[in-house]
Parts: sequence; structure tokens; C-alpha cells
Amino acid sequence: MILTAMTLLLCVAMIGAALFAVLGRSLPIAILAAGLVSLVASLLFLILASPDVAMTEAAIGSGLTTFLFFFVLSRMRRGEND
Amino acid sequence: MTKRIIALALVAGLGLLFAGLLLDYRPDVDLNLSARYYAERTATEIGAANIVTAIIVTYRGLDTLGEVTVLFLAATIVGLVLARGRRREQPPLGLAPVGELLATGSRMLTPLILLLGVYIFVNGHLTPGGGFQGGAILASGVLLLLLADPLRHFSHGLISAVESLAGVFYVAIGLAGLVLAGGFLDNRILPLGELGALFSAGAIPVIYSLIGLKVGAEFASMLANLAKTEEL
Repeated sequence: MILTAMTLLLCVAMIGAALFAVLGRSLPIAILAAGLVSLVASLLFLILASPDVAMTEAAIGSGLTTFLFFFVLSRMRRGEND
Repeated sequence: MTKRIIALALVAGLGLLFAGLLLDYRPDVDLNLSARYYAERTATEIGAANIVTAIIVTYRGLDTLGEVTVLFLAATIVGLVLARGRRREQPPLGLAPVGELLATGSRMLTPLILLLGVYIFVNGHLTPGGGFQGGAILASGVLLLLLADPLRHFSHGLISAVESLAGVFYVAIGLAGLVLAGGFLDNRILPLGELGALFSAGAIPVIYSLIGLKVGAEFASMLANLAKTEEL
């Protein structure tokens, strides 16, 4: 029962973060929201009893991808200054 | 406007599809045939506490070799495509300095991130996670260094040496399994040891460490290439 409620709460949080990432005005915050989507997804995988998948999602989806987006963002800003 | 309607219709269709799957779903009461085989035999045959790792590295080891090869090809092609836009040697002027927080934080965090990555792939046969996850974490440590200092130079010789040596040893261990034990990538070329100990499960910790290094080096070479490229 508590697990179901938690799953539903996480799903709502995931959809909210995804909408925020798409509709938000600020790029850095959108990147963070997209990372949050992956983080919640990895929590959901953990609840579904697949810790290995959860770890991949957390490492690649919310770790590496978020870093990569920030790296590209900094390159874009540097391009604007030239 | 029509674009938006089409997108909404696509999302609604996908939602219906998943709803149909979800409403029909009944969890299995007992394990199916192959799942039962893995669950019952892993401890005695492979000696790995983590069944997922036993399947990835040994039962389906050939698939994992294929995955690593695909990743290697992807990294090679990224390097090939980006090689056209190589940066001029002297750094461009007027570079915005990175914040103090990022510069100091990355210096403190990078060793910890690298340690976590190594911990995850060395313990792949005992705890969740393994070579791919640990390798990705190693690469994100490298990316943090690049974020803090975009002009940092990474030795391509070192990265490609780690990458190719790990690949060669991975295949060599597989061939050793063919000669010394039951087949290609058989882990029983080393003693199985006690279930749950760090040095157990035969060659699995060795193979997974090699995979971790290989994946980390591949991602790192992609990122270093990306950082070096001036024009896209």
C-alpha cells in the first residue's frame, strides 16, 4: 500500500519534472529537471526490484548526461561571447 | 498547430498501448524455465552472489563482448567525425573563467567519483552494478575535470592504451576459458572461491574490471574529442 502510494507520487514527480524541462524558460534549470526525470526513473526501477538497471539509469541518465549538457551549454555560451 | 495535434495523438496512442499492457499484466506465480535455471545454478556453477552479473558476464558473455564492441565502434566514429574540427593549438582568448565553487569542488570530488566507479566494477559480482555503470561513473569524473578546466589536455595515448589493452585482455580471458574450462568466456579458469567473498566467482571480477576500464576509456575519449573540437 505504502509502496503503491510512493510509486504514484514518484510518477507524478517524474511527469512534473519532465513538463518543467520542456516548458521551462531557463536552460540550466531545464537541464537539471531532465536529470531529475532520470533520477526518479532510477528510483522507480529500484522499487520494481531491479537495482542493476537503476544504477545504470542513475549513472548514465542523471549523471553523465546532465554533466554533458552543462558542458555543451558552457561551450555555447563561450561561442556567444566571441 | 497540426504538429501539436499530431504529437498529442501520438502520445495518447502510446499511452493507450501501455495502459493495455499494464491492465493485462499479472505477475508470474513461479519463475519461468530459464529464470529458474539461473536462480538455481548460479551459486554452484558460477559462484557469483549477483545473478544479474553471472548472466551478463558468463551465461551471456558473448552478448556483452558485442555490446562493448558496439560502444568501441561508436567512440571510434565520434573521434573520426570530430577530427575534422580540431582546435588550433593556442587557447582562444577571452575565455570566461569558471567559478571558484566548480574549480575547488571538482578538485575535491573527482578522486571520490573515480573511487566510487572502481568500487562499483570491482564489486560487480557481489552488489548491483558492474563494468558499464562503473565505467560511466569514471567517465563522469573525467567530464567534471573538463567542466572545471575546458582547456585541460588528456593524453590520448594513455586513454587508447587503457582501452585497447582492456579489450585484448578481455578476449584473451575468453579464449583461455575455451582452452582451460568449458567454453568461451567461461569464468572457471580461476578458482570459484567462497560465495560472497571479494575474490570469488572465478574470472568475473577480472572481466568486469576490464569492461569497466574499457567503457570508462571509451566514454572519456569521446568527451575529450568533443572538448577538443572547435567547430561543429
